[in-house]
Amino acid sequence: MSNDVLFTIEDLEVSYGSIAAIKGISLEVRKGEIVTILGANGAGKTTTMRTISQLIKAKAGSIRFKGHELTKLPAHKIVKLGISHSPEGRRVFGVLTVEENLMLGAYSRRKVNPETLRWIYEMFPRLEERRKQLAGTLSGGEQQMLAIGRSLMSDPEMLLLDEPSLGIAPILVKAIFKQIKEISRQGVTVLLVEQNAKAALKLADRGYVLEVGRIALDGPAAELLASDKIQEAYLGKKH
Amino acid sequence: MDTFLQQLANGLTIGSMFALVALGYTMVYGVMKLINFAHGDMVAASAFVGLMVYTQILGQTASLVGVVAIFFITAAIMACIGVTLERVAYRPLRTAPRLSAVVSALGASLVIQNGIMLIWGPRMRIFPELVPQVYWHVGGVIISMMQVIILVLSLILMVALYLFIEKTRMGAAIRASSLDQDAARLMGINVDSVISLIFIIGSSLGAVGGLFIALYYRGITFDMGWQYGLYAFIAAIIGGIGNIPGAMLGGMLLGLFSAFISGYVSSTWADAFTFMLLIGILIVRPTGLLGERVAEKV
Ligand SMILES: Nc1ncnc2c1ncn2[C@@H]1O[C@H](COP(=O)(O)OP(=O)(O)OP(=O)(O)O)[C@@H](O)[C@H]1O
Ligand SMILES: [Mg+2]
Repeated sequence: MSNDVLFTIEDLEVSYGSIAAIKGISLEVRKGEIVTILGANGAGKTTTMRTISQLIKAKAGSIRFKGHELTKLPAHKIVKLGISHSPEGRRVFGVLTVEENLMLGAYSRRKVNPETLRWIYEMFPRLEERRKQLAGTLSGGEQQMLAIGRSLMSDPEMLLLDEPSLGIAPILVKAIFKQIKEISRQGVTVLLVEQNAKAALKLADRGYVLEVGRIALDGPAAELLASDKIQEAYLGKKH
Repeated sequence: MDTFLQQLANGLTIGSMFALVALGYTMVYGVMKLINFAHGDMVAASAFVGLMVYTQILGQTASLVGVVAIFFITAAIMACIGVTLERVAYRPLRTAPRLSAVVSALGASLVIQNGIMLIWGPRMRIFPELVPQVYWHVGGVIISMMQVIILVLSLILMVALYLFIEKTRMGAAIRASSLDQDAARLMGINVDSVISLIFIIGSSLGAVGGLFIALYYRGITFDMGWQYGLYAFIAAIIGGIGNIPGAMLGGMLLGLFSAFISGYVSSTWADAFTFMLLIGILIVRPTGLLGERVAEKV
C-alpha cells in the first residue's frame, strides 16, 4: 500500500429536495486500499455512492479523483475516468444475458479486454456456466457476482461496491468477500459500502462510520473492529 | 380465395405503414416510458413536408433520384423536428411527474397539428403521383408497384433497424437505456444522446411511413395524424409497447386484420373490430404479444 491519495471527498452535502441526506462529509481513499463506509439504514451510504457517480448532484463540496473534479461531470463520463460502480440492489439488465451484461460493462472502453473477461470468469465460474442465461433469472447471489463482474469489465482503477452482501446467504457472502480481496490484490482500489460491519472491517484497511449524513467515526479497520462503539452499535455485542 | 389473397396483399401494405409508424411510439416509450402523442402528427407533417420538397425544391418534376431525395430530405427535416420536440417538450420534464409529460405530449400534438393547418391550410391536399401506376395481375390478384415498393422498403428498414439494435454498440446503448437508465449511465452510456438518437430514428421512420401513406392514399389532411397515429399506437400496444419486433409484428397483424375485415365484412366495421382485437389481445396477454415478462429478483 502506498500513500498516494487517489480519491477525496471534501465537505460534501447532498439533499433530496429540502431534506439533507449528506451533511458535510470528508473522506479519502489511497491507491490500493480497501476502504469501507459503514452505517445503519438511511445513514446516507447509497446517497454518497450515487453522488460520486454523479447520478445525484452534490449541493456543496467537492469530489476529486486523480485531479479531476467529478461534481462538474455528467454521470456517463465517470466510468471513463476509472471509477466503476456496482450499485445497491445489483441493477443487472434482467432481460439480457449474462454475457450481454458483461459486454455492456465494457461499453466505455469500446473493446472488451479478453484478459479481464477471463479473470472475471475465473473468479466467478458460475457466470461462465450461465453466460447465455437471462440475468433476471439468476439467483440473488449470482446476480451480485454479475453486477461486480460487469463493473470490472471497464478495467477500473477504483471500484465502488454498494452492499454486495444485501440479501445473500452467509456462505455466498463469504465467497464474494473473498473475491473482493482478490480484486484488491490485482491492484483495484475498493470503496465498499456495507451494513455487515464485521465482514467489511475484516476485509478493509480503513473504515468510516456514517450516522445520519455525518461521519461519526473513522480509523483503521482493526481499531474500529475493536472499538466499543462499533461493537455495540453494529456487532450487537454488549460489554 | 381471390378475396383472401387480395386482402393479404392490401393488408401487408397497410400493415407495413402501421409498423413503421408504430416503431416511433414503441422506441420512445421503451427508453422514456412516455407515449409521444405528437408522433402521429409528425407523420402527418412529413406528408406535407414531402409535398413541399416536391413543389419547392424539385420544381414539381420527379425522377427516381427526385423521389429518393424527397424521402431523404423529408426524413432529415422530421428528424430535426423530432429532436427539437424532445428538447423543448420532454427533456425539461424528465424528472417531473409522469402526467406533466403526458400533458406536454398532448400539447405538442396540438401545436404540430395546428402548425400544419396554419402553413398548408385546412383543406385536403392531393399528393403527387410519384410512382408510376403499374399493376400486375397475379393469379386473380391485383398488386400495384406502389404496394410492392412499400412492402419491400418497409421490410428492409425494419430488418436494418433490428440489426442495428441487436448488433451494434449504439443499439446496445439503446437497449440498456430502455432497461435501466441509471445503470446505463454507470456503464458510461450517455442517455441524453440515446434519447436524441431514438427521436432521430423514430421520426425518420415515421416520415417514411407518412410519405408512404401520402403516396398510397394520395389525399392528405392536417388532422390525419390522429387516425394513423391511433392505429400505429394500437399496433405498438398489440405487439407489446417498448418492444421493437413487437411493433413490427403488431403493425403487420393490424394491417392484415383491418384488410380482412374490410374484405369480408365491411370497411365501416374495420375500426370497431380493430378495437375488439386490441381488447381481446390485452385480455389474453396484458403486456402485448411480445411484451417482456421476466421475473426480476429483488
Ligand atoms: N430518492 C430519494 N428521495 C428522497 N429521499 C431519499 C431518496 N433516496 C434516499 N433518500 C433519503 O436519504 C437518506 C439516506 O438514504 P440512503 O439510501 O443513502 O441510505 P443508506 O445508508 O444507503 O441506507 P441503506 O443501508 O438502507 O441502503 C434516507 O433518509 C432516505 O430516506
Ligand atoms: Mg443503501
